[in-house]
Amino acid sequence: MERVLHTYKITKYFYEPEKFKVLNEIDLTVYKGEFLSLVGKSGCGKSTLMYVLSTMDTDYEGELEIAGTRVTGKDQNFLAAFRNRHIGFVFQFHYLLPEFTALQNVMIPALKLGHYTREEVESRAYQKLETLGVKDQALKNASKLSGGQQQRVAIARALINDPDIIMGDEPTGNLDSHNSNIVFDILRELSQNFHQTIVAVTHDEEFARRTDRVVEMSDGRIIS
Amino acid sequence: MKLVLEIAYVHLVAKPKQTIVAMLGVTFGIGMFIALVGLMTGLNDFTEDVSMTSSPDIHIYNDITAERTSLLDEFNYAGFNVVHHQKPKNESAKLRNALQMVETIREDQRVYGAAPYIVSQVFYNYGPVQLNGQIFGVDILEESKLFDLQSKMKSGRMEELLSNQDGIIVGTGLARKLNAVPGDRVVITTPQGYTMSLKILGTFQMGLGALDNVRAYANIGTVQTILQENQTYITDINIKLKDRSLAKAMAADYQQMFSYKSEDWETANATFLTGVIIRNIITYAVSFTLLIVAGFGIYNILTMTIYNKMKDIAILKAMGFAGRDVRLIFLIQALVIGLIGSLAGLLIGFMLSVLISRAPFEGGDVVSLDHFPVNFDPLFYLIGIVFGVVTTTVAGLMPSRKAAVVDPIEIIRGQ
Repeated sequence: MERVLHTYKITKYFYEPEKFKVLNEIDLTVYKGEFLSLVGKSGCGKSTLMYVLSTMDTDYEGELEIAGTRVTGKDQNFLAAFRNRHIGFVFQFHYLLPEFTALQNVMIPALKLGHYTREEVESRAYQKLETLGVKDQALKNASKLSGGQQQRVAIARALINDPDIIMGDEPTGNLDSHNSNIVFDILRELSQNFHQTIVAVTHDEEFARRTDRVVEMSDGRIIS
Repeated sequence: MKLVLEIAYVHLVAKPKQTIVAMLGVTFGIGMFIALVGLMTGLNDFTEDVSMTSSPDIHIYNDITAERTSLLDEFNYAGFNVVHHQKPKNESAKLRNALQMVETIREDQRVYGAAPYIVSQVFYNYGPVQLNGQIFGVDILEESKLFDLQSKMKSGRMEELLSNQDGIIVGTGLARKLNAVPGDRVVITTPQGYTMSLKILGTFQMGLGALDNVRAYANIGTVQTILQENQTYITDINIKLKDRSLAKAMAADYQQMFSYKSEDWETANATFLTGVIIRNIITYAVSFTLLIVAGFGIYNILTMTIYNKMKDIAILKAMGFAGRDVRLIFLIQALVIGLIGSLAGLLIGFMLSVLISRAPFEGGDVVSLDHFPVNFDPLFYLIGIVFGVVTTTVAGLMPSRKAAVVDPIEIIRGQ
């Protein structure tokens, strides 16, 4: 099976308030099409690991490889471009740019990538919004949408550049159970129908149970 | 790049009030700079013009008060001599061979014109009152060539002087004091006691009270008669150059050549030029202070904007915007604020300048002015816009750099 993400002995320390080993030699491999959930008690280091995997946190020991590229030790500009091309993010708080419309929010990463013309980007963005059932909200300002709608737009945005992996930090954490189910079903579908690789941090046991693979962490180690 | 521009644009438009306030800061600064600098340099240029047109580039005269070697030094030249409070000799202020000197000077290609003249202190008898004044004996045509007398005539014709050996042309201020109009006769007395009746042929106005209230022009011959001197008696030569900036060097040459005191306009008007420099310093200091205050306004507003947009910056970075893209987004905003603010400032400054230039202003006796002189030199507008844009860019640089180094994890996890 094709390997999308691989870590080798990733170790990370927190220095405030005192030196503390938050990640301890993490070895993790994620394969294409896998829907993986990262669980564990609060403070076990699952979010910290997630941000190391996201390439935004570069202060760690060990090695990280995503989509066949070794990203450890690369400079910030390279990593920014890499995230743009290969990683899609869905956060707990929907984090759309409030001054822009839903459509513009989805288009921005693709315009940044610059692989397609503006017209192509726009039609792709509409397509993604349609997949997520929020096409009718496309021209509304992001700040005018409901929480569930915003999270769906955020997923469309994460998908726009056909990333190798989608990372979610509690993607349903801030939603009611109804919207929670909708968002989970969307992720489930993406994984099944489009072989989209997804890694999500969650503390929702129900959510974790329904994913392909559950990785449980405790005290900075993977325990299962 | 285009995307970055778009985002910057959306940010600017999303908070129109904030953007406009920031722009107004720049507009006010630049507008005041233009108006202030226009008025100040306008006044400077006006006074310079007035005093320069009525003063020569080089003035040659016999400086009889100059230090001379004492008799003691001549006889006891090897010794150590002290002569206390030495007085000038009783010698004539006359320039020897003045007319030949004038011919020599006129042959120089760099010289625009040279006019010999003599001056007499006189008292104008106005009934029982005696008014102090001066009569300049001049070659009226050459004098007009140098100082554009023709255009300063307020009444009468200057050429009439050529055919009138007892005629004078007086300053408007003097004519008013004497309550005289062209055609009237006025009696003058010299300090030496010579009295003569002269006919007023016309009046002129130089624009400076110091001149118009005391000065009169007559033929050289007339003043030679008043002074009871012969026809070779010439005491001064005024020279105008084609290029005024050569004056200093040429004055030194003439002093060497003719061995008479030769003074250039810069030396003669040193105090006046110092005044110009000080006024310029004040103008620029005030204007730049205004602009720097505007710069602080922009700094504040951008810092606020960036603080409010921390979440957006984190998102942009997560989505693949590098630090330099984020910096550019905010720098562009500063630049746009600076550019539009400055352009509006130029417009406001121009309108203020027009208003000032039309405001009535009575110069009184000192200078003849009926409205403020304002300088509309495009150079100031260029300085204004360049300074406006540069200040705002510098003010935007620091907050933008702060935005560039925002750590997205801190923001995203901090929720």
